Amino acid sequence: MAILSIKNLNLEKAGKRLLDGISLELEAGKTYALVGPNGAGKSTLAYALMGLDGYREIGGDIIFGGKSIRKKTVSQRAKLGITLAWQEPARFQGLKVEDFLLASCGARGEGIVEALERVGLDPKRYLSRAVDKSLSGGERKRIELASVIAMKPKLVILDEPDSGVDVQAIGKVFEAMDYLRSIGATILVITHNMRVLKKADRAFLLCDGKLIDESKGGDVAEYFKERCLKCPRKNNPIKGEAGI
Amino acid sequence: MKEINELMNRAKLEGVLGDPETASLFIDNNKVLSSSGVEGLVLNLKERKDGVDVFVRVLPGAVIGKPVHFCFGILHKSKVQKINMNITLEKGAVMNVFSHCIFPRKDPSRHLMQGKIVLKDGSTFRYFEKHIHSEEGTSKVYPHAVVKVGKGARFLSDFELIGGRVGLVDIDYDMRCEADSSSDFISKIGGRGRDVINVRETATLSGENAKAVLRSRIAARDETRAEVVNKIIAKAAGAFGHVDCTEILQGNGKVKAYPEVEVLHPLARVTHEANLGGVDNRQLETLMARGLSKTEAEDLIIKGILS
Repeated sequence: MAILSIKNLNLEKAGKRLLDGISLELEAGKTYALVGPNGAGKSTLAYALMGLDGYREIGGDIIFGGKSIRKKTVSQRAKLGITLAWQEPARFQGLKVEDFLLASCGARGEGIVEALERVGLDPKRYLSRAVDKSLSGGERKRIELASVIAMKPKLVILDEPDSGVDVQAIGKVFEAMDYLRSIGATILVITHNMRVLKKADRAFLLCDGKLIDESKGGDVAEYFKERCLKCPRKNNPIKGEAGI
Repeated sequence: MKEINELMNRAKLEGVLGDPETASLFIDNNKVLSSSGVEGLVLNLKERKDGVDVFVRVLPGAVIGKPVHFCFGILHKSKVQKINMNITLEKGAVMNVFSHCIFPRKDPSRHLMQGKIVLKDGSTFRYFEKHIHSEEGTSKVYPHAVVKVGKGARFLSDFELIGGRVGLVDIDYDMRCEADSSSDFISKIGGRGRDVINVRETATLSGENAKAVLRSRIAARDETRAEVVNKIIAKAAGAFGHVDCTEILQGNGKVKAYPEVEVLHPLARVTHEANLGGVDNRQLETLMARGLSKTEAEDLIIKGILS
């Protein structure tokens, strides 16, 4: 059963069409990858799903749990169980990791220690630290992922969760994704990493704001490697050349 | 005794009185309610019509083990409370002070602190100033001080409003820093309503390798007006100063910052960073994507900035 249906999604900004007639469905509890060259519209699609400022004036519709969320704010979508982890997470002057994670738990206020452990960070060392520039990029990414885990969401959009994470810690990112899946979360992960792509049940290939292909993760990975990386017309596909 | 209890309750200072190892001073309006010293610390007081003269001297080499507690309150109707605070740390002395300033009255109250602080060579003084004002914004406070930071001395001042509304806060600290000394001044104030926040911090680094950091964290909600002037003058080789000012604006208020840096020696260095404006959109959206409302997200971000 589809937890999310995107129907003919269009988005224009400053006269440029960033998303062009995208339709797709995500089934509950599965992992999906979103791939494509830089500027293809992957992050734009993520922001539109989350309902960020400037990404809510869409054509088409987004159905989550059977209801349109088109007019819902970021907070309202999050309360329904949708969340997003940014490729470059925000830093917060003075805000403690503990308070940042507690913000994800709602009234429950529990699970933050476990969430940190799941991304391989020692709670004793990290809970009292600030979510600011004193953290490395990789640490910040893992804390972002911990806050997603603490939220126990239904749909997680991960924008390149592996980027900036060192080789030793990348296994923890994969484990965190496995954990999210084990608690029933649907994952939509934007990635260029073939290892991440191969973990996906299905993958979507975006180019120039259009959905070009949908297949098994490995198949799209192969297609992306063989065709997209070599393509001289990045983000300018010839109609019909690579249709679904 | 009633006044002391009220001050202790508001400042959460249970257990301070009666501890022979803890020096303390409680003043309400122009009356000294209680004072106690400890070995190595000499405390003299003189009540005046409109306030109290306070003389604190820490003897050479004395290390005051437990924090000293000052508590200044205006619990009764008063036009003004003037505290002349004279603090001297002799060579090598060490003292930490927690100073609670409690002005809960609904009718206007005015508190003037004129400090003269002398830190002799190698001494260390940390001053944590915590303010609790009325909820009506009727308090006007003027913490002013001139601080002489001697050779190799360490000075830290941490000003924070922990309860009530600002009303008017006018901070003016002038630090004169000698060789190898280190000074760190931070003010954290959140205003709302029609509050007024003025911060002037000056550090003159006249000795070689003197260091100073001036940090301001201001949140101006509603119609609050905030103005921060951070000034560092570096005059000697190896002197280093840094100004770091963050002012967050919400509503129809106004925030201003004037980082003023002056370098008078080719081997000295001063840096400054200022960040003024509304709450960062990415920060807001991150917290909202975890389920917080916009207001909850703003409050949490500001809590972090003022922590």
